[in-house]
Amino acid sequence: MDDRNILEIRGLRSYFFTEKGTVPAVDGVDIDVPKGSIVGLVGESGCGKSMTVRSIMGLVKYPGRVVEGSMCFDGRELSGLRENELRKICGDDISMIFQEPMTSLNPVMKVGKQVREALMIHDRSISRAEADKKVMEIFEKVGIPEPEKRLECYPHQLSGGLRQRVMIAMAMICRPKLLIADEPTTALDVTIEAQILRLMKELRDETGMSVLLITHNLGVVAEICDYVYVMYAGRIVEQAETFELFDHTAHPYTRGLLDSIPRIGGSAERLHTIPGVVPNLLHLPKGCAFCNRCGYAEEACHKAGGELMEIRPGHKVRCIKPLETEVKA
Amino acid sequence: MKYFLKRVIGTIPVLLGVVLLIFIMLRIIPGSPVLVMLGEHYDQETIERLTELMGLDQPLLVQFFDYVKGALMGDLGVSYRYQRPVADMIMDALPYTVKLAVMAALFAWVMGLVSGIIAAVNNNNFIDRLFMGVSLLGVSMPIFMTSLVLQYIFSFKLGILPMTEDGSMVSMILPAIALGWNSAGSVARMTRSSLIEVMQADYIDTAKAKGLLRGAVIMKHALRNSLLPVVTMMALQLSSMLSGAVITESVFAIPGIGRLATEAISNRDMPVLQGTVLFTTVIVIAGNLLADMLYSVLDPRIRKGE
Ligand SMILES: Nc1ncnc2c1ncn2[C@@H]1O[C@H](COP(=O)(O)OP(=O)(O)OP(=O)(O)O)[C@@H](O)[C@H]1O
Ligand SMILES: [Mg+2]
Repeated sequence: MDDRNILEIRGLRSYFFTEKGTVPAVDGVDIDVPKGSIVGLVGESGCGKSMTVRSIMGLVKYPGRVVEGSMCFDGRELSGLRENELRKICGDDISMIFQEPMTSLNPVMKVGKQVREALMIHDRSISRAEADKKVMEIFEKVGIPEPEKRLECYPHQLSGGLRQRVMIAMAMICRPKLLIADEPTTALDVTIEAQILRLMKELRDETGMSVLLITHNLGVVAEICDYVYVMYAGRIVEQAETFELFDHTAHPYTRGLLDSIPRIGGSAERLHTIPGVVPNLLHLPKGCAFCNRCGYAEEACHKAGGELMEIRPGHKVRCIKPLETEVKA
Repeated sequence: MKYFLKRVIGTIPVLLGVVLLIFIMLRIIPGSPVLVMLGEHYDQETIERLTELMGLDQPLLVQFFDYVKGALMGDLGVSYRYQRPVADMIMDALPYTVKLAVMAALFAWVMGLVSGIIAAVNNNNFIDRLFMGVSLLGVSMPIFMTSLVLQYIFSFKLGILPMTEDGSMVSMILPAIALGWNSAGSVARMTRSSLIEVMQADYIDTAKAKGLLRGAVIMKHALRNSLLPVVTMMALQLSSMLSGAVITESVFAIPGIGRLATEAISNRDMPVLQGTVLFTTVIVIAGNLLADMLYSVLDPRIRKGE
């Protein structure tokens, strides 16, 4: 493991074993998260982003299972760790913000207590009063108005945006080395989204925290990510530094994602969508998983999928016929 | 609090309705209570005098309001058979029924909750199946059979527990187990399925991601949520046990409310029957209220006025 990385995932496969067959939700994924950087993981709904990060946290649900792969965090191998060992790391050194703010908080426990709990599990010496003080501080930081009052609220008394901010507070309160954020701002309006993103950046600058940020919003990626992984049908199809990816897009899928971002000044007609739908993981095409939707696909693409190849320094793409960079201009 | 006051007031029409219903039904069924009282030897004149004395010649509605008026003052009439105030008879029977019900409920809840949790934690392995198999036996065995089996094993064969009620606490153990057996089975099954369902919830993932160990996740986050539906059932079980366990009381010769009611039926002792049914109704309604109250204590989402 490269000790500049806080997290290294190698060859991760997580499958669902259903009655209809095996669903390769994550099929051989390599991801590096360097210390102190913000790494984006993007892709359409259902491509396996959540499954990837759930595998890290040991939260893959039945009938799903991590089949193979190594996940090395801060010099420690996580796969094969006993549940109790993994839990010691979770919440303290790695924490996670979940996708669904409406259901991710315990409905019968006050939110103050839920956040405090995260702190007190890992620091048994802290007193309740001290913990509450810290909870209020972090509430204020993530933009929860009247933090004192909110401590005593139950989740149903808060709006979706506030609940997500509580989740974010919970994840950040232990000052983790790695924050995994699964679409943390999808449920929030844009001003709060900007605030949360700024907060993550601040924490990164302050504490050297690394972030693995899942999103399907490339605008967000452009704003805060240093490095991006693009995922499609359980695999990484392109990875590069953010500017590199935007300037020298090589995979037609990434191109499609970029073209579907609405831009100010762009006319409605120029707003593209990727034709077709995400393929059924049970019946993936033989060749490249994207070939049926790809405007550039040739016969060869239907026969064999490409390997992930480095086309420029730090820029890899899984495509036998990567786009010429001129296409963009 | 205001909410509960409203709920309590809301039960009044239900109570009145139930009383009216019993009242009418007991007067439709054939067989004059006067004849029951007089026994073998009577003449027409005595019958008429007694009928008048007992107010049975009054219109039904008048009788009804007289009864309600009396009931409000704690006067449930006088037993035709024993010439004793019904209220006193119920008060005499009550301690037996309460003792039995409380012991049975405790047995059922402790057994049910513990085995339900154990089964859920061992989801689908041998222990789970074993516990669920036993609880299925609990749910499906009729009380009289459970009673007879228990009596056979513990009284007849082993001789360690008395066969019938003799005033001691020990003699209540078998009846309590017999009565609680079914409820234990239902509590266990419901606890298990509810806990297994809750363990799939998103907030359980949150708790795990926080770093809570499995035991703590269950105790601090899953259990309370999974008990919400179970608690309602438990309160209803208690109220149903309190309103008299007819079969158990007969099999173990316990002079409780259930026995009082069955005896009243065979004696055509209308005031006693009326009294016990009224009592039962009050208990069941109270049980429902209690269930609601417990539920709202456990679940902040349905607390009113917020
Ligand atoms: N219980 C299950 N059984 C079979 N397949 C499943 C199951 N749960 C998820 N999947 C599949 O796993 C794949 C990956 O799901 P995942 O939640 O990781 O997607 P995602 O990229 O996070 O999508 P989104 O943006 O919607 O959150 C999906 O294609 C889904 O169909
Ligand atoms: Mg997801």
